[in-house]
Amino acid sequence: MISAIVLLFVGGFAWAAGWIGERRISGGDVIAAIEYNGGSHPGYRRAHSKGLCFSGTFDSNGAGATLSSAEVLQRGSIPVIGRFSLAGGNPLATDGRNVFHSMALLLRTRDGQEWRMALDHTPIFPVADVASFVALQRATRPDPATGKPDPAVMKRFLAAHPEVKAFQEYMAKAVLPDSFANATYYSINAFRFTNAAKDAQLVRWQFVPEAPLAGLDKAHLDTLPRDALFKEMIARTARGPSRWRLQLVVANPGDVTDKATVAWAGPHRTIDAGTLVLSAVEPEETGACRDLNFDPTILPSGIGLSDDPLLAARSKTYASSFTRRAGENPGPSAAAGLAQENAR
Amino acid sequence: MSRHSPDFHPALRAIHWLMATMVVAMLFIGVGMVSTAGPLYPVLLALHRPIGIAILMLVLIRVLLRRATGAPPLPADLPPIQSAIAKGSHVLLYASMIAMPLIGWGMLSAGGYPIRIADGFVLPAILPHDLKLYAVLRMIHTIVALLFFTLILAHLAAALMHGLIRRDGVLRSMTVGHPRRRTSPISTDLRQTTSSGTSSI
Repeated sequence: MISAIVLLFVGGFAWAAGWIGERRISGGDVIAAIEYNGGSHPGYRRAHSKGLCFSGTFDSNGAGATLSSAEVLQRGSIPVIGRFSLAGGNPLATDGRNVFHSMALLLRTRDGQEWRMALDHTPIFPVADVASFVALQRATRPDPATGKPDPAVMKRFLAAHPEVKAFQEYMAKAVLPDSFANATYYSINAFRFTNAAKDAQLVRWQFVPEAPLAGLDKAHLDTLPRDALFKEMIARTARGPSRWRLQLVVANPGDVTDKATVAWAGPHRTIDAGTLVLSAVEPEETGACRDLNFDPTILPSGIGLSDDPLLAARSKTYASSFTRRAGENPGPSAAAGLAQENAR
Repeated sequence: MSRHSPDFHPALRAIHWLMATMVVAMLFIGVGMVSTAGPLYPVLLALHRPIGIAILMLVLIRVLLRRATGAPPLPADLPPIQSAIAKGSHVLLYASMIAMPLIGWGMLSAGGYPIRIADGFVLPAILPHDLKLYAVLRMIHTIVALLFFTLILAHLAAALMHGLIRRDGVLRSMTVGHPRRRTSPISTDLRQTTSSGTSSI
């Protein structure tokens, strides 16, 4: 009798922990898939490993308050910590790849609330959920012989995941920005904004650069020096700050708000909420960004999660990656030497 | 402090069962949330922090209450070794209830995370932002949780042993209490008389 009751608790615990019962995808499973694709690089973020810290301010014009009661969207200026990065797990990979150019931000208001973001230069994401992301990492693993994914595996994956097509087509035709400073960075997922009157709206947002967009030559990416984008950003920032406008885009009725694979087409109510001013860049060794987890589900009051399942997947995976690298010794960043070079 | 009544103070019994529910729920939420990258993850995480802080506040109240009201004596026929294990395990149970939320709080502080408890309510950091420290605390949080769960199971088994096999009133002292003796007309007086007279119950 007594042992039956104790065993019941043990069984329930084992089920809650996922040790028994239906198999679920953990943060570790996602990291295993990422490392299967791009190899293991201990001491670094498991994805977007190649990065550069920056700092600046966010000057809110107060217009965002019509959508959200978040302190950060009331009129005022707050300091910002950020990080530019390129997709992939290799911290020393070349910049000449047609991959995500990303910007992560941490906005902290005086009341201690934070809005963390991990934005990409594409308005959409290749897959909509965690199982598909794991499948994507496995299918796109470069064949050591050719440096490209196995076409047979890829074909099977695409047949099972037609949603990836939209992203592939976007990446094939879109301009690949030739600077971190002239790219538009998108929230990828939709979030629920609630204003002071408790009206809720689903919102995606983007940071639109002041610098005019110019693209890299996608046909000759292999000729680009390894750290070209990082060097350019360090040199550009030495000359002066870079700016982006924060545009909040409100979902129209009928917009898909729980799948990051689907773009919102046509005109949308868009609110210009203020300006991000980047005033300094620093390598991860000395900057403030390295030891932070830019988990996009860390949100202030007035901004909440949508039903998009990718948000939970991103949050858990980032947390697992963060915990793993916290227990490892951080390796040198690609930008470490560049900053010194520029200072000379 | 030893108590004259054969039962724990009713307030202490109430807080015991409230916290028992919360602590067991927390352990299940904790192992559940680290196991999945699915939509339940943020839901469980949003529960984990406020319940953890609530447990920390409750255990502090409980320690004061326990010190003020004491515990009924253990059965006199209990072997000294069992008595010592009982006392030691209760110290560890209290220590775990205090330590787990503090480790969690400290761990988030060291990880540079905002310690968001509820909408618009963020606690201050209690440790410096230090990833090495975060890694150690994150590991300790798991290890102590598993030890804590084991301890709770042992506590449960021992309580059931007292209640179902020994039938010595120990389980009763934390549940419904001992029946008051029917001969006395004034129950409050009686309870004190009874307990002081028969402290071996």
